Amino acid sequence: MTTLADRPSERLEQLWAEEPGLGTWLSTVDHKRLAKKYLYTAITFLILGGIEASVMRLQLAHSNLKLLDPETYNQLFTMHGITMIFLFAVPVFSGFGVYMIPLMIGSREMAFPRLNAFTYWGFVAAGIFMYSSFLIGKAPDGGWFNYPPLTSQSFSPGPNIDFYALGLIFLGLASTGAAINFITTILKMRAPGMTLNRMPIFVWGELAMQVSILFAQPALTLATVMLMLQRHWHWHFFDPGAGGDALLWQHLFWIFGHPLVYIVLLPGLGIVATILPTFARRPMVGYTWVVLAEMATAFIGFGVWVHHMFATGLPSLALSFVSLTSFLVAIPSGIQVFAYLATLVTGKPKLTTPMLYVLGFILIFVIGGVSGVMTASVPLDQTVTDSYFVVAHFHYIMGGVALFPTLAALYYWGPKMFGRLLDERWGKISFWLTFIGFNLAFFPMHILGVIGMPRRTYTYASHLGWDSWNLTETIGTFIMGVGILITIVNLVRSTRRGEPAGNDPWDADTLEWATTSPPADYDFETIPEVRSLHPLWDQPELKDGAQPPELGGRPLAHGHRVLATSLLDAKPEAVVDMPHESLWPFFLTVGLMGFFYGALTRIGLVAALGGFVSLVSIVGWIWPRGQTQEM
Amino acid sequence: MDLVETGKPGELLPHVASGARSLSWWGMALLIATEATLFALLIASYWYLRFRAGPVWPPHGIEKPSLGLPLIMSGILWSSSIPAHWADRAIQKGSQFRLRLGLMLSWMLGATFLLLQIFAEYPHSLKINPPSSGSYGTLFFSITGLHGAHVAVGLLVSLWVQARAWQGAFDEHRHVSVQNFVMYWHFVDIVWVFVLATIYLSPRFL
Amino acid sequence: MKGERAYLRRFSVLLLIALAGCATKSPSLLDAKGPAERTASSIWWPMVWVATAVTVFVVVMGAYGVVRGRRIREEDIRRDVPWGDRFILIAGLGVSGAILIGFFVFSLARAATLARAQPGLEITVIGHDWWWEIRYPNGAVTANEIHIPAGQRVNISLTSVDVIHSLWVPQLGPKIDLIPGRTTHAWLKADQPGEYRGQCAEYCGLQHAHMAFFVIADPPNDFVTWMANTANPATPPSSALAMQGQNVFLSNTCIGCHAIKGTPANATLGPDLTHMATRTTLGAGTIPLNANTLAAWIRNPGQFKPGVTMPPTTLTSQELNALVTYLLSLGFPAR
Repeated sequence: MTTLADRPSERLEQLWAEEPGLGTWLSTVDHKRLAKKYLYTAITFLILGGIEASVMRLQLAHSNLKLLDPETYNQLFTMHGITMIFLFAVPVFSGFGVYMIPLMIGSREMAFPRLNAFTYWGFVAAGIFMYSSFLIGKAPDGGWFNYPPLTSQSFSPGPNIDFYALGLIFLGLASTGAAINFITTILKMRAPGMTLNRMPIFVWGELAMQVSILFAQPALTLATVMLMLQRHWHWHFFDPGAGGDALLWQHLFWIFGHPLVYIVLLPGLGIVATILPTFARRPMVGYTWVVLAEMATAFIGFGVWVHHMFATGLPSLALSFVSLTSFLVAIPSGIQVFAYLATLVTGKPKLTTPMLYVLGFILIFVIGGVSGVMTASVPLDQTVTDSYFVVAHFHYIMGGVALFPTLAALYYWGPKMFGRLLDERWGKISFWLTFIGFNLAFFPMHILGVIGMPRRTYTYASHLGWDSWNLTETIGTFIMGVGILITIVNLVRSTRRGEPAGNDPWDADTLEWATTSPPADYDFETIPEVRSLHPLWDQPELKDGAQPPELGGRPLAHGHRVLATSLLDAKPEAVVDMPHESLWPFFLTVGLMGFFYGALTRIGLVAALGGFVSLVSIVGWIWPRGQTQEM
Repeated sequence: MDLVETGKPGELLPHVASGARSLSWWGMALLIATEATLFALLIASYWYLRFRAGPVWPPHGIEKPSLGLPLIMSGILWSSSIPAHWADRAIQKGSQFRLRLGLMLSWMLGATFLLLQIFAEYPHSLKINPPSSGSYGTLFFSITGLHGAHVAVGLLVSLWVQARAWQGAFDEHRHVSVQNFVMYWHFVDIVWVFVLATIYLSPRFL
Repeated sequence: MKGERAYLRRFSVLLLIALAGCATKSPSLLDAKGPAERTASSIWWPMVWVATAVTVFVVVMGAYGVVRGRRIREEDIRRDVPWGDRFILIAGLGVSGAILIGFFVFSLARAATLARAQPGLEITVIGHDWWWEIRYPNGAVTANEIHIPAGQRVNISLTSVDVIHSLWVPQLGPKIDLIPGRTTHAWLKADQPGEYRGQCAEYCGLQHAHMAFFVIADPPNDFVTWMANTANPATPPSSALAMQGQNVFLSNTCIGCHAIKGTPANATLGPDLTHMATRTTLGAGTIPLNANTLAAWIRNPGQFKPGVTMPPTTLTSQELNALVTYLLSLGFPAR
C-alpha cells in the first residue's frame, strides 16, 4: 500500500489534468471545460436571437414599414423563438448545471463524461444545422410551434420545415443524453452525508428540469418524426382528409411545450434560490417548501398543456379541467416567491449586481406570473390568446427567467469559473439598462394585445393606434440589448483584467466555494463529508481548503475516480473509474450531422455514410480500454 | 471482490458495482423511462385518431388484422425473455456457460420474431393497409415499426454483450452490462404487450 | 434607499402606461360592444386589480427587506424564522389558493354563460389563405364582411379549406379557430349597429398580417334587406363600358377563382364578387376599395399583399378600366 502524501494534490493533478488548449479541444470530457463551451455557445445564440428580435422590432417600429418582406420576417420570428428557447435558455441552464452541479454536490465529475461531451457537441451541431438554413434563405418559417397543415408539404413545400424538424430531432438526442447524465449524477454521486434534504435548491431545480426533459422530449421527437414521415413519405398523421387530425400535432407539441417552459423556469428559480440567500446573508426560509414547490411545478406542469388550445373548440369539460390545473400550477411558484420575500425581510440584503438582477427578476416573474394566471381563465384567454398580450406574458416569464438569473449567475459564478470578479460599477449599469429596457420592450405588449394586435404579424395598419406602443417596444429592445452587451463585455474583460476572486468572494454556503477559483482539474482535493445544508457556513474546515480525512475528507487519489453514493442518504457505495479524453463523442456528432443532412437533402448515400460513421463511433466509444470497469 | 481505499482511514469500497449501485444501470433505467414515454405517446395517438375517426375501424375497405401470425410472433418474443433472465441470473452466480447459452437462445428467438415481422407480416400488411393509405395504415406501421426498431437495436446490443461474454469480460461481480441489456430486452417485450393489444386485438374486441 | 425607490419609480411608470392604454381608438377588447365580449372581459378588471395588489405586495415586502437590512447587523440575523413556514403556507397556499380557485369558479361561470346554446341565425364562415368566406342560409355568399342583425344573436359554424385560421373580433367576443377537417362553433351579437374590426389570430403563412375582416351589425330591417339582396344575382352591367368589363372578366383568368352569381363564373377559390361594390376594402381589409386601388390591385395584388394567391394580370389599361367600371357597378339595385 502506497503511503499518500499529506496533500495529494500533485497526484490528483496528474490523474485529472487534460492537456490544455487545442490538443483536447475536441476530446475534452472535463465537466468544467464542457460547461464553459455550453455557456459560450448558448450566449452566442442569445446574441443571434437578440439580433433577430432587433431586426423584427425595427420592422415593427412603425406601421406599414417595408424593411422586411413577409417571408424574411416569418423566418426571423420562427428562428428567434427556436433560438431563444432551444439554443439559449435550455442550454445555458444545462451549462451552469454541468459546471456547478458536480461542485455543489462534492463530486469531481458527472456520471457519464463522454456522454456529457456528446450532448454538448450535439447541441452545437443541431444549432449549426438549423442555422445553416439561413445560408440558402430557407430558415424555418412556421413559427416555433410549427402547426400543420401550414407546415405540411402542401403549404410548406421547401426545406424550411425539414430544417426545423430534423434539427429538433437531433437536438433531442443531445437533450435526452444530458437528462440521463444529470439525473444519474444528482441521484448517485452526491458527497457522503449530502442526504436529499441537504441538497442545494439549485441542484433540486436542475433535477426537476432534467426529469421533465426526460418525459417531455419524447412528445416533441414523436411529433417531428411524424411530421417528416408525413411530409416526405406521405404517411397520414395530421391531414384530416386521410384520417389524420391537425390537433394531434398541437397535443403532442404542447405535451412537450408546456413542460418546456418549466424546464426553463425551474433551474432559473434554483439560481435565484442560490444567489438570494447568499446576499441576504442567511439561509433560504422554507427550504422544504421551496424544494417541494420546484417538484410540484414540474409535475403539475405536465397536466396543463391544453391551455394552449383554448381557442380550438375542444369540449368544455376538457377546457375546465385544464383551466383548474392551470390556475393551480401558479401555487408552487407563488410559494417560492413568498419564501424569497421571507428570506429578504429576515436577512440583510446586500445590493450587489447579482442581487440586483435577482430582485429585478422577482418583480418581472410576478408580473409574468399574474398575466399567466389571467390566461388560465378560459374565456379571458380566448380573448387574449394569439395577441400581443400573450407575447408579453411569455416574454416576462421566459425572457425574465432565461435572462435575469443567467446574467445574475454570470456575475455570481463568473468569478468562480474564471477566477476574477466582474466590474461592479458596470454591472450595476448593465442591470439598470437591461431592467428598464426589458420593461419598456415588453410591458406595452400587454396593452397592444388588449387593443387588438395579433401576434406573428410582420406589419400592421396605421389607423389602429398601435404605432406609439410599438415604437416604445423597439426602443426598449435596444436599451435592453445595450445592457446585455455591457455584461458580456464586462465578462470578457474581467477574465483578463478583473480583480482576483479568491475561493469564496461572496462568503456563500454551498460547496463550489470550497474549491479554488477556478477549481483545479480535480475540483476537490478531498471529497468532503457533508453534515449540513450549508456546508461552508457550518463546517469551518471547508473554508481552509481540503477537508482532512479525520473529518471525513476522502482523497480518492489512487486513480481517475469518483465516489458513487446511495440515493437517499448519500452513503458511499462504490468507487467509479472515469474515462479520459475521447474523440468518439465528437465523431458521433459528425456522423449524426451527416445523417441529418442526408435526411434533409434526401441523398441516401450521405445519410448512409453518416449512419455508418455514427455506428463506428459508438463502437469506438464503448470499446473496452480498461479505463472504466463497466462495459 | 475488488475493494479499494478511498483515503478515509479504514474505509474500503467496491471497485465494481452492479444493479442499482451502478451508474450505468441508472443510465439504462432512465433511457427505458424516456423510450417508454415515446411508446405511450404513440399508442395514445393511435387511440386519439381512432376515436376521432368514428365507429368504423379499421376504416372501410380494410380488413381487421389477422391474429394467427402475430400471436405466434408474440409467443416467440415473450419466450425470449426467459433465457435472457436465466442468463442474467447465471452470471450473477458466475456461470459463463449459462450466460453465453442464455444470451444466444434469447437472440435467436428475438431474431426470429423480427424476421417474421419483416418477411411474413409486413408484406401482407403493405398490401392491405400501407402507410400512405390513411391514418390506420400509418399508425400500424409507426407502432410496429418503432417497436421493431427497438428489437433490432436490442439484437445489436446483444451481439456486443455476447462478444464480451465470450471474451470473459463478465463474472459474478462485474456484469452490469448484462443486467442493463436484459433490462432493456424485458422492456421491449413488455412494450409488445401494448402493441399487440392496440394494433391486433383492439380492432376485434373494442 | 436605492432599491426601494427604484421599485416604486419603476412601478408607477408601468401603471401610467397601463392606464394610458385605455384611451385609444383601436378595436379594444375592453371596449365591449356585445354580450359575449362583456362576459369574457368582465373577468379582466377583477383579475387586473388582484394582480396589481399582489405585485404591489411583493414590491413593498421586498423593499421593506432591503430597507430593514440596512438597519440591522449581520450578526443579529437569526437562522430560525418561526413565522416562516406559516407565512409561506398561508400566503402561498392558503390565500393564493383561495384567490386562484375563486377566479377559476368565476371563469367557469362566465364560460358556462358563453357556451349556452341559443337559437339564432345560422351562418358559416370558411377560412382561406388570406380571406374570409361567409355563407348565409338563403344562399347569400360574401367575403371579408360578416353582416349580422344588430341586437340579435348569430350562430356561426367555422372551418377552413387550407390551414388553421382564427376568428377574432376584440369588441364582440372570444376567438375561435378555423380548423381544416373540423367544424368549430361560436356566436356573435352586437348590441348596437356599427362596424367592428376583426383580424385573423392564428399564424397562417405569408399574409397572416393582412387577413382582417369587419363584422357589420345592421339595424335588423336593413339586415333582412341586405341578406335578400346579397342572395340575388349580380346587377347586370348598365353601360357599354361595364358590359365590356364583364366580357373582360369572363374571358380572362378571373373566372378561374371568382364567382359572380348570374354569370357563368362560379369558382370558389377566391372571394365571391357578386356584390363586391358594397364592400369597403380589398384584400381582406388591406386597402380601401375605390377605382384607383382596385385597378392597382388587379394589376398587381402582390404589391399590397406579397405572396397572395391572386396573380398579376396583363390587361391593357383600357381593359382594366372597363373591368374596374364593371366591378364597381356590382352593388345593390337602387330602391
